[in-house]
Amino acid sequence: MTDKTNFNGKLKRSFTFNRGQLCIPYAVFLLLFVIFPLLVIVYYAFTSKSGSFGFDNFVWFFTDETNFAIILRSILIGLVSTVGCLFIGYPVAYVLSRIKSHRRTILLLLFVAPMVINFVLRAMAMKELLSFFGLLGRRHFLNTVIGMVYDYLPFMILPLYSVLIKTDKSLEEAAFDLGAGSVKVFTRITLPLSIPGIISGITMVFLPSMTSYVISDTYTAKNITIIGSRIDDLFGQNDFNSASVIALVLLLIMFVTTAVTGGFSKDENARGVEL
Amino acid sequence: MRKFWGTFIVVFALTFVYAPIVLLSIYSFSNSKTLTWTGFTFEPYVSMLSNEEIIDMVKNTLLLALFSATISTILGTVGAIGIYYNKKWLGKFTSASSKIPVINAEIVTAISLALVFSFVFLRRTYLSLLVGHVVLSVPFVVLSVLPKLKQMDGSLYEAALDLGATPAQALFKVVIPEIFPGIFSGFMLAITLSLDDYMVSAYNKPDGFETVSTFVYKALRRPRNAPFAELRAFSSILFVLMIIVVIILNFRITSKNKKEQKLLRR
Repeated sequence: MTDKTNFNGKLKRSFTFNRGQLCIPYAVFLLLFVIFPLLVIVYYAFTSKSGSFGFDNFVWFFTDETNFAIILRSILIGLVSTVGCLFIGYPVAYVLSRIKSHRRTILLLLFVAPMVINFVLRAMAMKELLSFFGLLGRRHFLNTVIGMVYDYLPFMILPLYSVLIKTDKSLEEAAFDLGAGSVKVFTRITLPLSIPGIISGITMVFLPSMTSYVISDTYTAKNITIIGSRIDDLFGQNDFNSASVIALVLLLIMFVTTAVTGGFSKDENARGVEL
Repeated sequence: MRKFWGTFIVVFALTFVYAPIVLLSIYSFSNSKTLTWTGFTFEPYVSMLSNEEIIDMVKNTLLLALFSATISTILGTVGAIGIYYNKKWLGKFTSASSKIPVINAEIVTAISLALVFSFVFLRRTYLSLLVGHVVLSVPFVVLSVLPKLKQMDGSLYEAALDLGATPAQALFKVVIPEIFPGIFSGFMLAITLSLDDYMVSAYNKPDGFETVSTFVYKALRRPRNAPFAELRAFSSILFVLMIIVVIILNFRITSKNKKEQKLLRR
């Protein structure tokens, strides 16, 4: 008797309810508000201001001298900021991951906690510090980089820490026992093992510091224009076609870097590392 | 020697992280536009509370974070369960496109949505802002819930069905409680992402509506009449709240550690 009802129940279920169908609402949402908007960007990028289809915007993008200078500058700012974050973030993550007591978690918390203060408010705090020391108004490049490193440092520390804490410490001990010096242990064991963390840290910092114009615009009174700022200007002038073509190029860069670093295959949550 | 350099780098980095906020907090007790000491006063705090623009931006930001995080958590949790159990193309498609907003430059997400809202729906409203914030945070909810689903004992759901639960009961009484930690951390992440966002808000908000990010950005771009003393007071309050949270978590971690040690000694 029970067997029969169970069988019937299961049969009925397979027609009416399937757990896999639960992803339909989310799929529709993504289709409407992620995929479709990107297709709109593609449409605008391939359409000229008069509405005709073609590659005019791409020709403009690659031949315009202002664009060229802005892209170079953005890449430079992105690179220097990322290296700055790595330079401070790696030693911090390393030292924290090697602390044995529970103080480790609290120290990590202290580095991550400022993230709950609004991003723009943090930018304002650093701007006031720079102006307090009389640095604002000159050395625009340096100020921008300091601002970027300040705002994005936690995003570098978190993925590095979560990889370094998981590495097998006995490997390092074994290398020491076998006579390797501390430099050699670091370059041959610790560093190679932490490469996944370095890569996700770089992806968390590089693209944002190339495009997030809040810091460069406010610290340098628009003396330094980065790629995001360029998009903002074009968008403000209602030049959606030119804005879209830059956005599309950024989108392609994003796809290529993610494909290269294998970001599509892993379900990692660099922002929400569990404490 | 190693220990010295370790301590040195941590202290240096902590100074770098906290110097701006501490400086701001000190000068929040001096009533002046620039960082100059004009004598101790609570004036910025008092005028902050009567500054309607600031009160509005805080209210707007908090409500938006709460609404968008709630929607994101529901949509993302259901979506994650769907992705986990759907091994066909739909599950793969959903999981892949869910990653796009995570890795995409925020400005691209922001202007692509703005184009859709300006040309398809013809205007930017509170709804477009809300949708933008949900786009920003659902993927992170999914990313927090999925690992918990993978950790869960797969036969629990079937066991519930065999014991006579309907699929809905099995989901709500067995699966959801099991993955709740993931749902909760997804919700908290959604809140912080929404509170922190500048880009999506800037391009998708209705005119005259300001969040903390857009308001402070405007103040930094056009400092002439901006209420910097009040904004400093506001930042200091956030800073103090942050410190309180850190202290509470510190106590919880320490007591948890002590409990574990006690158990070990037994």
